[in-house]
Amino acid sequence: MEKRELTCIGCPLGCAITVTLDGGEVKDIVGFTCKRGKEYARKEVTNPTRIVTSTVRLVGSKTGACVVSCKTAQDIPKGKIFAVTAALKDVIAAAPVNIGDVLLKDVAGTGVDIVATKAVR
Amino acid sequence: MYDVIIIGAGVTGCAVARYLSRYQGKMLVLERAEDVCCGTSKANSAIIHAGFDAAHGSLMAEMNVRGNRMVPQLARDLDFPFQMNGSLVVCMSEEDMPRLRALYENGVKNGVERLEIVDSKRLHEMEPNVSKNAVAALWAPTGGIVCPFNMTIALAENAYANGVEFRFNTKVTGFTRGSGCWTIHTDGGDFQTRYVVNAAGVYADVLHNMVSEERKLHITPRRGDYCLLDKQTGGFVSHTVFQLPGKLGKGVLVSPTVHGNIIVGPTAIDIEDRDGTNTTAAGLDDLIAKAGISVDNLPIRQTITSFAGLRAHEDHHEFVIGEVGDAPGFIDCAGIESPGLTSAPAIGETVAELLREKMGLAEKENFIATRKGLLDPKTLSREEYQALIRENPAYGQIICRCEQVTEGEIIDAIRRPLGARSLDGVKRRTRAGMGRCQAGFCSPRVMEILARELGVSQAEITKCGGASRLIVGVNKDSIGEVREG
Amino acid sequence: MKYEIAIIGGGPAGLAAAIAAYDAGCRSILILERDNQLGGILNQCIHNGFGLHTFGEELTGPEYAARFAKQVLDRGIEYKLNTMVLSISEDKKITAVNRTDGLIEIEATAVILAMGCRERSRGALNIPGFRPAGIYSAGTAQRLVNIEGFLPGRRVVILGSGDIGLIMARRMTLEGAKVLVVAELMPYSGGLKRNIVQCLNDFDIPLKLSHTVVDIQGRERVTGVTIAEVGPDRKPIPGTEIHYDCDTLLLSCGLLPENELSRGMGVTISPVTNGPVVDESLQTNIPGVFAAGNVLHVHDLVDFVSEEAAAAGRAAARYLEQGAQSGAGEINVTFEGGPRYTVPASIDPKRVSDDLVIRFRVGGVMKNRRVRLYLDDEVVVSRKRPVMAPGEMEELKLTKEALAAHPDLKRIHIAVEEA
Repeated sequence: MEKRELTCIGCPLGCAITVTLDGGEVKDIVGFTCKRGKEYARKEVTNPTRIVTSTVRLVGSKTGACVVSCKTAQDIPKGKIFAVTAALKDVIAAAPVNIGDVLLKDVAGTGVDIVATKAVR
Repeated sequence: MYDVIIIGAGVTGCAVARYLSRYQGKMLVLERAEDVCCGTSKANSAIIHAGFDAAHGSLMAEMNVRGNRMVPQLARDLDFPFQMNGSLVVCMSEEDMPRLRALYENGVKNGVERLEIVDSKRLHEMEPNVSKNAVAALWAPTGGIVCPFNMTIALAENAYANGVEFRFNTKVTGFTRGSGCWTIHTDGGDFQTRYVVNAAGVYADVLHNMVSEERKLHITPRRGDYCLLDKQTGGFVSHTVFQLPGKLGKGVLVSPTVHGNIIVGPTAIDIEDRDGTNTTAAGLDDLIAKAGISVDNLPIRQTITSFAGLRAHEDHHEFVIGEVGDAPGFIDCAGIESPGLTSAPAIGETVAELLREKMGLAEKENFIATRKGLLDPKTLSREEYQALIRENPAYGQIICRCEQVTEGEIIDAIRRPLGARSLDGVKRRTRAGMGRCQAGFCSPRVMEILARELGVSQAEITKCGGASRLIVGVNKDSIGEVREG
Repeated sequence: MKYEIAIIGGGPAGLAAAIAAYDAGCRSILILERDNQLGGILNQCIHNGFGLHTFGEELTGPEYAARFAKQVLDRGIEYKLNTMVLSISEDKKITAVNRTDGLIEIEATAVILAMGCRERSRGALNIPGFRPAGIYSAGTAQRLVNIEGFLPGRRVVILGSGDIGLIMARRMTLEGAKVLVVAELMPYSGGLKRNIVQCLNDFDIPLKLSHTVVDIQGRERVTGVTIAEVGPDRKPIPGTEIHYDCDTLLLSCGLLPENELSRGMGVTISPVTNGPVVDESLQTNIPGVFAAGNVLHVHDLVDFVSEEAAAAGRAAARYLEQGAQSGAGEINVTFEGGPRYTVPASIDPKRVSDDLVIRFRVGGVMKNRRVRLYLDDEVVVSRKRPVMAPGEMEELKLTKEALAAHPDLKRIHIAVEEA
C-alpha cells in the first residue's frame, strides 16, 4: 500500500488530501471537502492534468496588440504541458478575435483545442 | 580640430561647457555614459551648501561660497528647481559646542552671510522633529536644495543651444601631446583639440596621471548610501538637517528634496571600485542607525528607494582646478567632491575665464543666456492646463501615476536637444518612475513611448544605455532550443 | 458634471460595485478608469482559477473581467477610460484628466474607492546591490509577458512567494525562461498553497523559505543574485549565501493598497491594512465615501473582491436614498488569538440589512484552530480551521438573524482558539 499526500488545486482552500494506492489502484481518498477535490485527487494520482494558459502572436489588431491570451479548452495531461507551449510557438492569430475562438485545433495530439481568452479588435 | 574638449558630462563638465559657450570656439563634451548626469551628479544629497564647512582659505571654500551665490539666479535663468530652505547643523551635546562655534567662525570667515547659532528652543520651533537631545544648531539661511538632474541637464542644454557639441558613449583611453594641441584617444576614435578640460569625476586622477609626471593625483571613490522616503513624509523636516561631526562620527543629513520627498544620507565608505555604486546591507544599516541621531521618529520604513553615489575624494580633500604644470593645455577639474554641486557654477566660470584668457576667446554676440525647462502641467493654472491639453492631448494622458507625469512631458524629454534615450534619461528629466511604485506601472508605457519616438523596437530600449536592455526577447523565442522544466 | 455615484477604478471592484449600485436602483453612475480598458489588473492575469465562486467555473482573468465588463455595458453604465483622477476633495469633488475632455471636475453624491493596490518595490525592500536593468516587480513582468508578449529575462530568480510571483514562475517557464529559485523571507509562503503545487512543484522550481536576496550583481543588466538564509530575526546568516547566475530578479514581496487619493480627501487609513477603516457598509469615516477590493485590504481571490465591492455598491445606493445614518450604535469588532485586523472594523447592528461577511487575516501560520464569532458571550459561528496562514484570507458570515437575536448587543468578538 502506498500513501500519496496532495494539496488540492481546485480552489484556494488547498485541502490536504491523502490518497491510498495499491499497485496503482486507488483504494481510499481522505481529506477532501468537496466533490471536485475528490475527483482531483483521483486524477492527480492516476492521470494528472492541467489547464495550460499562454499567449499566441496576433496580427492585424487595431489596438496595436501583438499577442492574445489563450488556454486549452479543457485540461490536458500534465506531461504534455511543454508540448502544448511548443505547439503554440508558431501559431499566429488574426484580429479580430473573440473569447472562445479556436486558435489551434487538437493541440499536440491531446484532442483539446486552444481557445482565445480575450477579445481583441 | 576643437578649441576645447571637456571630458565628462557631469555637473562640473556641463557647467564648464555652459560658461565657456559664451565665447566663440569649437567645443565638445565627451561622455562615456549614454547621457549627461550619469555619475556623481545623479547620486548625491542635492544640497546647495551655504559654505561654512570647507576650511577657510581653501579653494573649496571659495568655490562653495561663490557657487552658492550664483545658484539662485542660475536656477531662474536655466529653469531648474531650487529652494533656499536653509540648513541647520545640529549639535547633540554640550561638549561638542566648541566645535559648533568653530564651524560658525569658519563660516563667517568664508563669507557666509546671516549665520547664527540658535538654541535648543528656537531649533525645536524651527524643526519640531529634531531630536529632543539636541542642544543647539548652526543656522545657515543661505543653504538650499536643488534638483541635481535638472541642474546638470539645464547646463548641458544651454551649452548645446550655444553651439557646444556632445558625444555620448565615448570613453577616453589616452592622450598624445602635439605641438600646441592634444589628441584624445577614445573607443570612438581620436579627437584633436587645443585645450582639454578634465572633469572626469572619480576618474579625473586617472586621466591627470596619464599626462603629468610632476604631480600625481590620487582620488578615492568614497561611497555614500542614501535612502529616499515617500512624499507622504514630506514636511518631516523643512530645513536641511546636518549632524555636527562629533563623538558619534561624521553623521548623516536629513533633508527635504525640491520635489517633496525626504532624503537621508550619505554614509562615507572608501572603496576601490570607481564604478562601485552598489549599496550594501552594512552601509544601509549604518545609515539608518545614524539617521536616527539628529531627528526623532524618522519614518525610515517609508523608504521608496535606496541608492549609492561616489564622491571623488582627493587625498588632500581639496579641489584641483587649473592647468597642469607639466602638461600645458590640460586643465584639471579634479577632486570635485561635496560641495561640488554647489561649486559647479563657480568652477565653470573660473575655468571658462582661464581659457578665455589663455586662448584669447572672444564673446559671442548671440549668446543665449536662458533656457526653458520641460513644461510641467502641475505648474499651470486650470485654464492654462485645459488649453494645453486642447492643443496637445498628450498632456492629458498621465503615464506615471505616482508623480503624475504626462505623455506630453515624456515626449518633450525625448525630443528636446540632448533628449532622453533611456528609461533613466526620461526619469531624470520628468520624474516618471521616481515615485513610490518605482516605475512598476509606468516602465512598460515609457518603453513604448521611447520606442515610438526613437523609431526603434522596444527590444532596443535600455534602462541606462549600454547592455542595460529591459527585455531580452519575445515569448517562446527559445522554445525548441532550451528545454528545461 | 454631476453623478450620484462616482467609482474610482474600473477593475474588478469598480465593475462589481457599479453593477450592484445599478441593480439597487441608481441610474447615475460614472466609472473612472486610468487604463485603456475596463477590467484592471485582471487583463494581465491570463492564468485560470478565477470565478469558481462567482460563476461556478474556472475562468482566466480576462474572461472574468469580460463578464463583468459586459454587465456594465449591458446596463449602459457610463465610464471613462484613460482617465486619471488627480484629487478628490472632502466634499466629493473629483478632479480628473484625460486626452479628450482635458481637466474635468465631477461632483458626486457618493464615491466608491476602488483603486486597487501596487506592488512593494525593490527600493521599499531596501535590497542592497547594484541597480541594473532586469529587476522587475512580478506584476510588471506579468504585463510585459502577457500583454506585450515580451520576455523580460531568461534566467530568473524570484524573491517573495506572493501569488503573482508564483504565477510568474510558471508563466516565465512556459514562455521558455528558466526559473532558478523562489526565495521567501518568511518561514512560510505568502501565496496560496495551490499555486505552490501547480506553479512551482509542477516544474521542479525550488522554494527556499527563510531566505532573502543579499546582493544584486551587474552594472548594466543583472548578472547574478546572491541569496542567504535568514534567522528568526529575519537577518541574513553569514556563510549561508548561495549565488545564482541570472539575468533577472522578480520581486513578489507584498501588495500595498493605493490610498493616496483617499488620504488626500481625509479618509482614515488603517496602519495594518494600509486601507481605509470602514464600517459594516464599507463606508469610510467620510459619509458617502465607500471602499472595496484591494484598495481596502489586499485579497487573495477576485471572487471575494467582486462580492465585497457589490456590497459597497449596494451600500452607496442605500446612502443615496437614506443619506448619512447615525453611527451612534457602532460596535468595534474586537479579536484575539491571531487576527491582525477585520473588515469591517465596526458594525452598527441597526444599519445592517443583509448578512455580513467579516474578513480578516492572521499574523502567522497556525495549525488546528477553531474560529469563533461571539455576539456578547454567545458563539454564533464556530469553524474548525486545520491550517491558518497570513497568505490566506479568512471570512466569517454574520447573519442578520443572529444580529436581530441580540437587540442590546455590546460586543462583537472574534477568537481564534486551539481546536
